[in-house]
Amino acid sequence: MLKAQAYTSDGQATMFDEMLRPDGTPRPAYAELVAWFGRQNRSSFRQKQQEALAIFSRLGITFAVYGASEANEKIIPFDLIPRIISAAEWRFLERGIEQRVRALNAFLHDIYHRQEIVRAGIIPSEMVNRNDAFLPEMMGFDPPEKVYAHIIGIDIVRTGENGFYVLEDNLRTPSGVSYMLENREAMMRLFPELFAAHRVAPVERYPELLRQTLESVRPLHCNGDPTIAVLTPGIYNSAYFEHAFLADQMGVELVQGSDLIVDEGALFMRTIRGKEKLDVIYRRVDDAFLDPLNFRPDSMLGVAGIFDLYRAGKVTIVNAPGTGIADDKAVYAYVPDIVSFYTGEKPILENVQTFRCSIDDERAYVLDRLDELVVKEVHGSGGYGMLIGPHASKKERADFADRINARPGNYIAQPTLALSTCPSFCADAIDPRHVDLRPFVLVGDRIRVTPGGLTRVALKKGSLVVNSSQGGGTKDTWVLED
Amino acid sequence: MLGRTASNLFWMGRYMERAENVARLTEVGHRLSLTPDAGSGYREDWQATLATVGCPDPAAVGLTKLTSEAVQKYLLFDRKNPSSVASCLEAARTNGRSVRTALTREVWETLNTAWIEFGAFKSDDIHPGKLPELLDWVRQKTSMFRGAVQGTLLHDAGYRFLQLGNFIERSDNTARILDTRYSVLLPTTEAAGGERGMYQWETILRSVAAHRSYRHVFKDRYRPALVAEFVILRKEMPRSLRYSQDHVRRALAGLATITGGGAASLELAEEASITLRDMQIPAILKFGLHEYLTESLRRTAAIADTAAADYYFN
Repeated sequence: MLKAQAYTSDGQATMFDEMLRPDGTPRPAYAELVAWFGRQNRSSFRQKQQEALAIFSRLGITFAVYGASEANEKIIPFDLIPRIISAAEWRFLERGIEQRVRALNAFLHDIYHRQEIVRAGIIPSEMVNRNDAFLPEMMGFDPPEKVYAHIIGIDIVRTGENGFYVLEDNLRTPSGVSYMLENREAMMRLFPELFAAHRVAPVERYPELLRQTLESVRPLHCNGDPTIAVLTPGIYNSAYFEHAFLADQMGVELVQGSDLIVDEGALFMRTIRGKEKLDVIYRRVDDAFLDPLNFRPDSMLGVAGIFDLYRAGKVTIVNAPGTGIADDKAVYAYVPDIVSFYTGEKPILENVQTFRCSIDDERAYVLDRLDELVVKEVHGSGGYGMLIGPHASKKERADFADRINARPGNYIAQPTLALSTCPSFCADAIDPRHVDLRPFVLVGDRIRVTPGGLTRVALKKGSLVVNSSQGGGTKDTWVLED
Repeated sequence: MLGRTASNLFWMGRYMERAENVARLTEVGHRLSLTPDAGSGYREDWQATLATVGCPDPAAVGLTKLTSEAVQKYLLFDRKNPSSVASCLEAARTNGRSVRTALTREVWETLNTAWIEFGAFKSDDIHPGKLPELLDWVRQKTSMFRGAVQGTLLHDAGYRFLQLGNFIERSDNTARILDTRYSVLLPTTEAAGGERGMYQWETILRSVAAHRSYRHVFKDRYRPALVAEFVILRKEMPRSLRYSQDHVRRALAGLATITGGGAASLELAEEASITLRDMQIPAILKFGLHEYLTESLRRTAAIADTAAADYYFN
C-alpha cells in the first residue's frame, strides 16, 4: 500500500521524506507504523477517515472563514497518518526552542527599557523605534517575572536529516493548540492499538500547564489564587472554538469585552452576583483592539482603561501588549544575533537563510538572483506583497526590483525551500505532502514546552502552502519517548 | 457565572422550547388542512396559528395567500421569521456556542447535530408525504436536548437559567395558543357545539400534546370547561400554565438559594404560583378568559424582566 515517493519538483533537490528513505525503507522512528500500515486495507482507512470527520463535526471543532456568508464554519481537514519525531530530534528542538524564547523575552525587556541592543549597533534604531508593532506606551514598564511573551508558537520547517529551521516566531496570539489536543484525542479513539505499540509523549497536560503559567505571572499585590479569564473577540472570530476550549479545559471564564468593566482601580467581570474581580487576562484580542481609550478608539472588543490598570500592576495581560515587535519579519532576520547577544551562546536553531535588502551587499545579491528567491514585504500593513521568483514573470521581477530599490528596508528575501514531506491519506491513496511544525511554548516562572505541537500539511499535491484557509490540513504529531 | 452566560442559557432554553411548540402548531395546522369539513375552512386556522406565533398580519410578512405550503414554509424555514424552526434552532445553537464551556458535551452535541441535520431538510420537503417526518424529527431533537440537559448537566445555576427560559417560553406559548382560540372555550360555544367545536377543542389539546392524556384523566368527551381546566390549571399536565409557572418558580427559588439574591423575581413567581393554585375555571370565565390570558402573558413577561434585572443579564 505504501511506496517510496522521492520526487523532484521545479528542478529542486529531492525533497526529504520524514517516513521513508529514498530506497523506500522506513526511517527508525516510523518502522512500527509502516509495519502496521502493511496490515491495513484501504477501505478500513476510508472508514476511519469518515469517523474522524464525524467526531470533529459533532464536537463543533471548526474555524470560521471570513467573508463567506453561508455555512461559514468549516472543519479543518484532518489527516490520519501521524507525523513522528524521534526522541533525539525532539531533545534538539526543545533545547533550541527554549533558548530562542528566553532570548526573545530578554529582547522585549531590553527594547522597552534601555535598548542596549540598539546601542551596541546590532539592530538599527529605526527598525525598532519606527516599527508599527513597537508600543512606546510599554517603555519602562516591568511585567511580572519580566515575561512579555508567555504563549509562543514557533513555526519550524525541515529540509533534511538534520535540517530544522525556524520560519517564523509567533509572539502575539498564536492559535492552533486546540487542534493539537483534539487531534490527539481523535487519534487515541480511532487507533488505540497504535498507542499501545508506541511510547508517545502526552500532550494533554497543556491546559494545566497553561493555567500554571498564567498563575505564575499574577500581579504582585495579588495574594492567593488569582482569578483568570480568557478574553475572546466573540463567536465570529475564526479561533473562537479554541478560546472556548481553553477556558473550559482550564476551568476559567470565557469573557468578551462587554463582560468586563474597569472600576475603582480594578478589572471586574459582570456576573450573576454582581461584579467579580479579575487578576490575569489571557487575551485573544489584538493589541490595537485591547483598549479603546489607549489604542483604537473604535474597538468594540476590548475594555476601556485596561491598559492603565496593566501599567499600574493591577492586572496582568497575557501576552503583554507590544510583543509584535519581536516577531516582525524585519526583526526576524536579526533573531540569531538576538540569541547570541542575550544568551552569550551560539543559536541552536537556525533561521531560514534571509537576506536583508537594507544592507547593500545583501541587496545586491538579492537583485542578482530574483529568479531563485522568495521576496517578502516586512510589515504586512499595506497590501501583502510577495514575489516567488521561480514562478514570476520577467516583468514582475523587474517591478519588484524597482520596489526594492525604492524602499530597501521594506524587503527581505529567502531561498525557495524544499520542505520535508510526510505521507498523507488523500484522495484515497497515500501520498507525500509538505508539512511544517508549530510547537507551543509557555513562559512564566519557568519555560514549559509541550512535546510535539501542531503539524500543518499542504494537502494539495506539490503545494507548499499549509494554511487552513488555503487547503491546508493538520496531523497528530508524535514525539517518541526513549 | 457571567451575566451574559445566564442570558445565553436562558435564551437557549427558550428557543429550543419554541422550536418544539412551532413544530406542534404546524402539525395541528397540517391535520386541520387535511380535514375538509372542519367548518369554516383551514385558512382561518392558519390565520390563528400565525397569530399564535406572533404574526397577526400575514400580509405584512409577504403571506398574501394562506396556502398550507406557504404558511408551513414560513413556520419552518423562513429565516426572516424569528420564530421559525430554522431560526429557533440557529438561535439556540448560537447561544449555546457562546457558552460552550457551560454545557456538557452531550448538550452541545445535541444542539449542534440538530442544527447541522436541519440543514439537510429543504423547503420543498413540506409536501404531505415528507412533512410528518420533519415534524417528528423536530420533536425528537428537542426531546433529546431536554434529556441531555436533565441527564448530564450539573444542576447548578446554569441549569436553572436554562429551565427558567424553558418554562417562561412554555408558559408564554400555552397562553398564546389558548388566547388565539379562546372563543371556542366559552360556555356559549358548547351550546353551539357540533363538529366544529370538537375539532377546535382537539386542536387546542393537540397543540399542547394533551389530547390523549385528557381522555386518561377525564374519561369523558371534550368539554370546553374541562379543556380549559386541563390546559390552564392542571398541575400534572406538563404544558399547562400552572405546571409551567410552578417550574418557573422552582428555577427562581433554586437560583435564589444558590446566589443569595433574586428576591424580586422570586416573589413575583411565588405570587403567580399561588394565584394559579387557588384559581377555578368559573372564576376565570367570570373575569373573562381573554382578559385572564392577557394578564397571564403580561405576568410571565414581568417575571422574565425582573429575573434579568436580578441576575444582571439584560
